[in-house]
This record gives sequence, C-alpha cells and structure tokens, in this order.
Amino acid sequence: MNKNPYSSHTDADRAAMLQRVGIKSVDDLLTAIPKDALRPKLGLPTGMSELEIQAHLESLAAKNRNAGAGPFFLGGPVQRRYIPAAVPVLALRGEFLTAYTPYQPEVSQGTLQSIFEYQSLICELLAMDVANSSMYEGGSAVAEAAFMAVRTTGRKKVVIASEVYFEFRRTVRTYARGPDLEIVEVPTRDLASAAEGAACLIVQHPDAFGGLVEVRRIADAAHAAGALCIQVTEPHANALLEPPGALGIDIAVGEGQPLGIPMSFGGPYLGILACRFGLVRQMPGRLVGETRDAHGMRGFVNTLQTREQHIRREKATSNICTNEAIAAITAAVYLALMGPEGLRAAARLGVAKAHALAHRLSALPGCSVSTDGDFFDRFALRVPRLAAGPEGSGYALRNALLVDNVLVEATAAHYGDRDDLVIQCTEMTTDAEMDALVAAIESIAASIRETVTAR
Amino acid sequence: MTVRTQVIPESGVKTAVPALEPLLLEIHEEGRAGRHVRGGEDADAQIPAAFQRRAALSLPELTEPQVVRHFTHLAQLNYAVDTGMYPLGSCTMKYNPKINDRVASLFADLHPRQPQSTVQGALTLLAELETMLAKLTGMDAVTLQPAAGAQAEFTAILMFKAYHQKRGEGAKRRRVIVPDTAHGTNPASAAMCGFEVTTVKSDARGNIDLASLKTALGDDVVGLMLTNPNTLGLFEERLREVCEAVHAVGGLVYGDGANMNALLGVARPGDLGFDCIHINVHKTFSTPHGAGGPGAGPLCVKEPLRGFLPKPWIVRDEQGRYHLDTARDDQPPAGLGDSIGRVRTFLGNFGVLVRAYTYMRTLGEEGLAEASNDAILAANYLLAQLRDSYDLAFDRPCMHEFVLSAARQKKLGVSALDVAKALIDEGFHPPTVYFPLVVPEALMIEPTETEPRETLDAFAAAMVRIAERTKADPASVKAAPKNAPLARLDEVTAARNPKLKWQRPT
Amino acid sequence: MSNVPDDLKYSKEHEWVRADGDVVTIGITQFAQEQLGDVVFVELPEKGATVRQFSSLGVVESVKAASDIYAPISGEVVERNVKVIEKPELVNSAPYGDGWMIRVRLADKGELAQLLSPDDYRSHIGETAGAGGD
Repeated sequence: MNKNPYSSHTDADRAAMLQRVGIKSVDDLLTAIPKDALRPKLGLPTGMSELEIQAHLESLAAKNRNAGAGPFFLGGPVQRRYIPAAVPVLALRGEFLTAYTPYQPEVSQGTLQSIFEYQSLICELLAMDVANSSMYEGGSAVAEAAFMAVRTTGRKKVVIASEVYFEFRRTVRTYARGPDLEIVEVPTRDLASAAEGAACLIVQHPDAFGGLVEVRRIADAAHAAGALCIQVTEPHANALLEPPGALGIDIAVGEGQPLGIPMSFGGPYLGILACRFGLVRQMPGRLVGETRDAHGMRGFVNTLQTREQHIRREKATSNICTNEAIAAITAAVYLALMGPEGLRAAARLGVAKAHALAHRLSALPGCSVSTDGDFFDRFALRVPRLAAGPEGSGYALRNALLVDNVLVEATAAHYGDRDDLVIQCTEMTTDAEMDALVAAIESIAASIRETVTAR
Repeated sequence: MTVRTQVIPESGVKTAVPALEPLLLEIHEEGRAGRHVRGGEDADAQIPAAFQRRAALSLPELTEPQVVRHFTHLAQLNYAVDTGMYPLGSCTMKYNPKINDRVASLFADLHPRQPQSTVQGALTLLAELETMLAKLTGMDAVTLQPAAGAQAEFTAILMFKAYHQKRGEGAKRRRVIVPDTAHGTNPASAAMCGFEVTTVKSDARGNIDLASLKTALGDDVVGLMLTNPNTLGLFEERLREVCEAVHAVGGLVYGDGANMNALLGVARPGDLGFDCIHINVHKTFSTPHGAGGPGAGPLCVKEPLRGFLPKPWIVRDEQGRYHLDTARDDQPPAGLGDSIGRVRTFLGNFGVLVRAYTYMRTLGEEGLAEASNDAILAANYLLAQLRDSYDLAFDRPCMHEFVLSAARQKKLGVSALDVAKALIDEGFHPPTVYFPLVVPEALMIEPTETEPRETLDAFAAAMVRIAERTKADPASVKAAPKNAPLARLDEVTAARNPKLKWQRPT
Repeated sequence: MSNVPDDLKYSKEHEWVRADGDVVTIGITQFAQEQLGDVVFVELPEKGATVRQFSSLGVVESVKAASDIYAPISGEVVERNVKVIEKPELVNSAPYGDGWMIRVRLADKGELAQLLSPDDYRSHIGETAGAGGD
C-alpha cells in the first residue's frame, strides 16, 4: 500500500521503471548527494486518511470564532460581503482552479478571456485605461505602484497619507528598503503641499476611517510638482463615488477581496492595479491582450511580456511571476453576476447602515463620530474611557466588547496618537448586530458612570 | 475543432469578430439583472453631491443563467491538471487533492484583524506548518507571509541587506550572484533590492562552474542565489564547496526551493550549506495553480537570519496559546527590532497554506519521502525513453526533471515551439520551452509522481512520434496545433497594438 | 548570408553607423533584427539627450526578447526616427533604411576608428567576406 495516496505507482510499476532505467533503486541516482546528508529523519508526523484529516481540521476550526457567529464590525481593506452562490461554483471549477499559467494560449482561452474580462470590468469600475491581471494583495500593490512612480519620474521620495491603512503603509516602508526610497507620511490634509520633489503622492479615498477625500485637488498638486498621484481605492466605493479615472489619478490600487473572495484569515486576496495608458510599459504583472489566431478567430494572449521577469530578468518592472489569477476570475464572475445594480445596492446598504449606526452611537454619552468630515460605509467613534491611563483606551473598550462577543477595531495600537474605534458596515450587517453593539457600548458606558459616581 | 462564426449558434449572439465565446459585453442588454442584493436607496442622501459618481457605471447587465453559461463555456476551453498531464519542468504540476479545497472552506469566514483569542485554531495551524517546514528543510525559523516564490526571494534578499547593514557592511556589499540557469525571478528580485547582478556560467556537467564562481566572488558580494537541484534537473555536484566559497567571503547562500519535489526526505537544504530556502507550496505541496495563482512562498531560514524575518511573528506562550508579537492583546507589543517589517498586509495566503498543511499531514513523513522517490524515478524513466529521439542537454542521471534540446529537430526546420504545439494535438500540455536559457531549443520535462505509468508511456510515445514526423513531414509539425480550440495566435500584433480591455461601441 | 552594406561601420553589439560629417545615423543590423524576430516596440532617447559610447541608449523589443541598443559612439541626439516608433516593423523590413533609429552629433570623431569594418563585422557574425553567393 502506498504511503502517498495520490501516487498511482504500484510496486510492479516501480520495478518496471527501475528496470527500464537500468538501476536497482533510486539511491543509485543520488550519488551527487553527500552521504551524511542523504535520507535524513525529518521528525514529521505520520500520515492520515482523508477521514482523519477532515476531523483534525474540523477540530482546529472549532477553536476559531467565525465572523458571522456574533456581532461583527471589522472591515477595510478586507470586508465581510455577500458572495452570490454562483461565484464559487463557477470560479472554482477544476478547469480554472487546476489550470496552469496560460503560456500556451491555444489551450488556455478560458483563463485568458476571463482575465481579459476582469481587466475590462476593473477599468469600467475605476474609469481607468488599463488594469493588470492581479498583484498579490492591496498592500504590496501600493508598494509596486510607488515603484512605478519612482521609475517614471526618476525621483526617490514617496509621500503617503497617514490615513492610508497602517498595514499598507508598513508594507510600502518594507518594500522601500530595496531601492532605498525616502518615505514621508503626512496627514491627508497636508498632502497637496508636500508634493515638491516627490515621485508620487499616495492618498486613500475613502480613507482608513471611512472619510471622503477631495482627491482632485491632491492630484492637481501632484501634477503641478511633476509627481504622479496614486489613489488607494476599494471596489464597492466606486459604485457610488466618483472613480479614480475621473479625478486625475495616474495609478489606482486597492484590495479586491470584497469582490466575491472569502476573508480566509489574511489571504489569498486580489491586488488591483490600474493606470493610465501612458504608464502601461511600466506596469508590473501579467497583461492579457486581444488578438486573432491563424484562421482569424478572436483569441487572447499574455502580451507586453518583455516587461516581465522571464524575459527582462534584472531589468523587469517587477519580479512577480505567480499572481492571484483565480481571485481575478472570481472578481470577474462576481461583477458579472452583481451588475451595476447589485453592486450599487451592496454599497448603498453599507453606507445606509453605517450612517444609521453612527447616528445611534453618537447619541450615547461620551461617544462621538471622530472621522474628519463625511464618511462612506465605516467611521471612527470616540468612546468613553474605561479608566485612566493606557488601560482605559479604546483598546480596553474593544476588549470589553469582545467579552460580549462583539468584534470592533481599536486604533490605539496602530494609528499614532489616535484612540478610537473603527466600525465598518456592509450589506451583511444586520439590525440585530447593530442593536447588540449599541446596547453593549451603552451598558459599558453606564457602568463607567456608576463607577465614577460611586467614588 | 468547432467552427465558430460571428453569430454563435446556441447564444444567437453576434460577436465583433469570429470567436469561440462572446464577451460579457456582447451578451449584455440594458435591463438584465440578477437580484443577489437589493435595497439601500436612502444611502444616496448620505453622500455629498460633490463626491457622488457622475461617470457612468457601465458594467455589463446580465442575468445569472447567462453568466453561468458564459463561464462554464470558458472553463471548457481550458486544459487543466484535472483534465490531463502537464510535464512542465520546475512547475511540479502534481494532482491537487480535493480534501484540501474542502477543509480550506472551514476557515473562510475569519477576518485577519480578529482578536487573537478568537482565531487560536488558525494560529495553531500556521505555527504547526512553520515547524513542519523547518524540519523538512533543516532550517530554524520560518515566515509564511510571501504570496509566491518571487516575493519570498525579495523578502530574503531584503533580509540579507539588513544582515550586512547590521554588521556595518551595507555600503560595501552591492552584488548578488546567480548562475546562468537561474529563473528570471532571481535577478529581478535582486534588482528590486537595489543590487547589481553577476551571472556565473555553468560547467560541462551542468553544475555552476566553481572556478568562475570563485573568480566572481569578493567581499562586495551580498550572496548567491542557487536552485538545487538546478533548473537543468541536476543536483549540484560540488554544492558544499560552492556554499563554503560564498561563506568564505562573508556572503550568504539563498536557496530557490522551486525544485523541492526532488528533496523531500532525500536531503535537507540546511544540511547542504544553504542559509535559507523558500518553498513553493503550489508546486511541492499540491496547492492548485489557479491559472497563474495564488500560491504561497514560505521562507525558511537559519538562526542567524531569524531576527530579520518579517513581523508579526507567531509566538506561543507557556499555556500553549498563540499570539502575534506586534499586536498582543494582553501585553504591550514587541517592537520591530531587526525585522525588515511586513511584506504584505496580513500573515499570508492562509487559504493556500491550509491546503499545504493538509497535504503534508495527509502524506506524513513517509508519504512525502515516497513522493520524491517516485518523482525522481518517473523523470528518469521518461528520460530513458526519450534520449534517443532528442538531444540530451547533459548526460547525467537527473533528479525529478530533465532538459532535452530540440537542436536536432531544428536542423530540419522544426523548433522547440513547433514540438510543443504538436504535443497539443497529441492531447498533452507542452513542457516548458526555451528555459533554461543555456540550452538551445530547450524542452524542460517534469512528470511528477502522480501520473500513472500508462500516462508516462503515452507521453513518451507522443514525443517519439513527433520526432519521427519531424523527419518524415516537418511541415505537418509546423502547422500544429490543429486539434485545439484555436490555432496559433498572433502575438506580434498583440504587442504592437495592445488591446487590453474591451471597447464599447461609440 | 546577412546583408552587410559596405558603406557603413559596425559595432560588436550589432549596431551600424553611417557617418555624414560630424552627424552620424545609427540603427541595428539585419543580423540583429533576424535574431530578434518581429519587432514590436522601440524605445529611443529624446532629442537633446546625451549618449555615451558602449552605454545603452534604448531598447528594441520583440514578442519574446528585449535587447539594449548600445551607443557605438558618444554625442548629442539631434533627431530620433518617429516613424520607427510608430511602425516598429520597419526595423525588420528596412534595418538600414527607414528603420534607422537616431542621429547623433559626434563628440569625438576618433571613436569612429574603433568601430568594425564591414569585413570585420562579417567575421564577427561568423560569415565569410566577399560578395555574391546564395
């Protein structure tokens, strides 16, 4: 019985193959390997049957609390969104999921046309000229966009707004260590005046706290200083807000996970990267283009490949090879199913619920909305302090809510001197969840007042 | 091949040009829609007019039945592991077990920012995977962040840069060395880290040329990036000497683990001189290629490099509970220290890593060792059947893959590309062609351990048939493919006049 | 047999030079375009840019390859061929004619002497000198 259940070779097969090769055992082929390093004991567990492994994974899963198992308000860049039933049925078909990169286009038209359609849909959603076939995820996509700006302008200073998701900014800082770029972080309101000598200004709209930003002003300032303007965007926002292409943006990037991709504790996700046509030869990643075959039939191929590592090697626009193709196909299926009306409805529900919830919460004693100006479908909320000192911060309130199985995000750990909560709503947010959040904060706020009065 | 006209019969749709399947744009009609999500009309009043979208939201309007037929048709145009063998060298296109997909869905509804107490199962899985990978490779510490091998390379070279900077040698060390057989991502990753690339040639036996390497080495070298077995499918015969030479000048040795399928239970890179190695789980550990991705590229390192690994790190406390060290719920977070920081937003491609974990636990130590053994045997079995019909790049036993040259066929006017297209007509996906660059008309073949012997024999027979046809009727080989959905495509026009999205009629 | 016109000078990197006083015209040879295959894109420096001998001045791309174009001589770019940027296929069809790339005002006439003669270039690409034949 094989130890590897996926190998088809029986002992008879192995014997026949050994004989054809003319050896007694595979070890005869391994003479180049130092004897002392050959066939080590690894100390790994022994194998399992499928039944056993299913049970094991279920026991691990049982130690997690799923998002939908209680009131849930965590959000951007990764969001709990409604995934239509047909999305995984189509996108995860074996012919897509187990296919290889489409280097032989004649037998890969399913992949290539789906990705061409993804590129087209993203261009329509973001009003941009060209989108690539995916980056790894949002944060590294921002970094690669910054690299594009550095290559295009020849400048090494990247200016990024502090209201960009902290994980995205940290990822850009790490990437910047490669070409030794200077990273400058300024509040969004100061971006326009920081453009001098910059390769790019990076603005997020809606920002990490849901805030709406006047992007056009920032793009104009960037261009006046000879810099590019990069917008971090999110898919559903563009159903209702003016898209990057209409705001003078040179490169639009973002996390595409909300387009039908499960949250899956951190990945795999979808890095969206789209730009104006003049920058296309600086784009990283694969691009699918339309062409004809020898009989005049329409077909699709990977094109402009000389940008990529397998041809240009150290002069490539990026080292990216494996990308997130299945996620891009998933997004294409999602957008095709939802259409403009479905996408608008999902976006609107998030916005309506967030505003209704903000209204109710800001009526509670000690609570007020702390996003600067108007917000989209998430908002920051200043809350009463549980106690004096750092233990009383929003982080402590977040932990107190956790006791009630309510999940929200606290900014204290990651956003400099902020100390508030961030609350995200989507079409999945229920009235019961909103009631539970209001009731929980209300009761915690009341118990603080009692403690204070009691002293 | 089905002949398609401008109006595709079962859809009745007119396409802009003759096509296999209409575009979504071509089957769109205003007023068509599903009803997956509805409501929220009162939201419009919440968005100030100045921010509202004025540009038309011109996404195609379709019903669900249309979308299902469309993408089902497209899927049916694809070749896939589920439909046939891919003998692609260095890609390890082994079978993708379905239990891996099923258990991945158990973790679908977890948000990466959830408090750590609510995701102990997920953190446990990641920590156990790190431990298993370290044991497999003979390394000491692991990061699971990289989304692909290329991102792992970039991560490691950034770590090398930080390592040398910490020792006060950052300004001095400017060069990364790669062999001429290196995958293109290697020099590209080095360039992304601001380094120059020196390429060292291979010798007559297909190893990196040790004398040339020693000439290229100096105290300005960051390190060497080496694949082993290399992209010729050959185990480096003087590997320890190579690593020692790099260490002697203070450089580090990066292992590109793309060919790890030859080494499971066979040898550990950590025992051979490597300072770190990345793994492609979408190759060695059976996770599906997804038509180009996603994958994951865990990076395993020796102790001296541990401190530089991207944060956050997964830490286990005395009670056996797991935390992220930079965002602890119960204590002040640890600082960045020597870590280069994060290379992506969250911890890694968890949904892919679950599949790799499940595969490793399913096979266990003995199953993994058997996989490599069978992979090596299958490759040599194919080599024995093909070496008379094609030129062999290097006459040595191979590991899990080997490289042939179609130079003999090229003299008759048939190139490696033509051989590849003829294989499509035989029902097989072609092997890797024109890589590695050091072999003219290269055909890189890797069967993996999951192809039945009958399939291996059928593939060998097809390759031999093509070699025969090249002698008897080369024009027929050059006319391939004839049995694929499309004939050869015009890549020149696609590059000269790129059409990268559909065009709406004006 | 590659076409190697006798009125030009050549570089080892397969560029040709036509000298006309102190302005030279530069392009790539027929041998080079044959190696590349169908050219899809040409990247050239702007008018007024400086090129340095043996440094890359631009790139010529086919579907499967990208090659640097190395300056055979140093000087200032006085003109670049807009036609070849719009129709890169001219590099294939007329490498010595309409497929020319840039015109440069020489910084140092002495550099011309370092270039290869037509016979030396033919040896370099492994073909024998002499006219006629197939």
